[in-house]
Amino acid sequence: MTDDALLRDFEMRKPRALARAISYAESGRGRDIVRALYSQTGRALTIGLTGPPGVGKSTLASALVRKARGLGKSVGVISVDPSSPFSHGALLGDRIRLAEHFTDEAVFIRSMASRGHLGGLAGATADAVSLMDAFGFDVILIETVGVGQSEIAIAELAQTTLVALQPGSGDSIQVLKAGIMEIADVFVVNKADHPMANQLRREIRSAMEMLEWKGWIPELVATQALAGDGIEELWAAIQRHMAYLNETGEIEGRRRNAFVHQVRQLAMGRIERRLDVLLEGENSTGLDPYAAADRVISTLGVQLP
Amino acid sequence: MNERPLRVVIAKAGLDGHDRGAKVIARALRDAGMEVIYTGLFQAPEQIVQTAVQEDADGIGLSILSGAHMTLFPLVVEQLKAQDAGDIVFFGGGTIPPEDARRLKELGVREIFTPGAPLQTIVDFVTRECGKRRTPAA
Repeated sequence: MTDDALLRDFEMRKPRALARAISYAESGRGRDIVRALYSQTGRALTIGLTGPPGVGKSTLASALVRKARGLGKSVGVISVDPSSPFSHGALLGDRIRLAEHFTDEAVFIRSMASRGHLGGLAGATADAVSLMDAFGFDVILIETVGVGQSEIAIAELAQTTLVALQPGSGDSIQVLKAGIMEIADVFVVNKADHPMANQLRREIRSAMEMLEWKGWIPELVATQALAGDGIEELWAAIQRHMAYLNETGEIEGRRRNAFVHQVRQLAMGRIERRLDVLLEGENSTGLDPYAAADRVISTLGVQLP
Repeated sequence: MNERPLRVVIAKAGLDGHDRGAKVIARALRDAGMEVIYTGLFQAPEQIVQTAVQEDADGIGLSILSGAHMTLFPLVVEQLKAQDAGDIVFFGGGTIPPEDARRLKELGVREIFTPGAPLQTIVDFVTRECGKRRTPAA
């Protein structure tokens, strides 16, 4: 497909064109298509969904898609799963939970492999958001890889960040730790039927009471995503956060963060690709690591302190 | 420019809960450096093709052990045509008699693998055929 044909098909809203455009972005060839469409972005609500592996992110995503579709909104879903650091392959399995939406034309689901990126997203996730936004989706749900304690890139990219937690996964000290617990706009205690669920809710509440908040205070919602329980409340919490962002003007800050995130990914992607090539051919025999790094950087042709 | 990994959808269709084979294939393709999108069980042909379109997949591998292969494979071929996605490499596997396999290949299924097919043969087939599809697009 030529780039002109791709752009034409994209503007005719052909799903294959969106799918191909995301592939272009993933392989470092997104420049022309994203630039051509960038003026059409900025309308979508972006919701990030993160949490540890197995907490129910994909099931929550599916329930939120159902809710949004019930309100007549079109939805793009981006699900990131890890790539193998050894084979570079990936097994992308988040779709399994989203199967009920496969034939809904107003839902577009794309699985992305992280391709070596840390932080819980793929390098091209921000581009994929831009493309889905330009395509016209009302809501874009971004599901991170199953995360540990410090993968927080999603908070830069999404307007509202949901952090899903698993009952039985620790006491209030875990909630007080730095990192992922600081990025939640809404905490979601999923698997609310679990015997430890109430205890987790109490731990989060008590930990939050010990902190000082200014502006938005994270909400706490209990869900049982598989049964659809708590999804109304979760959606309402998301709406309240969006309203807060709009009323206070903080939405502009969030948009700016997302923009900076995207610029960083693009710049880093280019530097890393070049660096990979240089390191492959690097013959550092006899050099100490600092001297070798200096040499690589000078070959890169950038001025760095 | 980074080489983009091949992307392959591995699917289970209809009322067939035997997914061990599909998972073994998914794992083998993953270990060969591909990005494998697994649909889960009980998918309709339309869902499988829609998935491949949205995922910009190079290939679809369909596993059927229920005996319904003469119904489900042709429906996927039909959906590929209907969704203007006939360029996606469609292959399959399962307990499929040679005569049925021959007829399915006439209908447009690129290859049928039966029990005992070496994993490496399947990986080589997917690498070669999906790779060919990439070349003209550049």
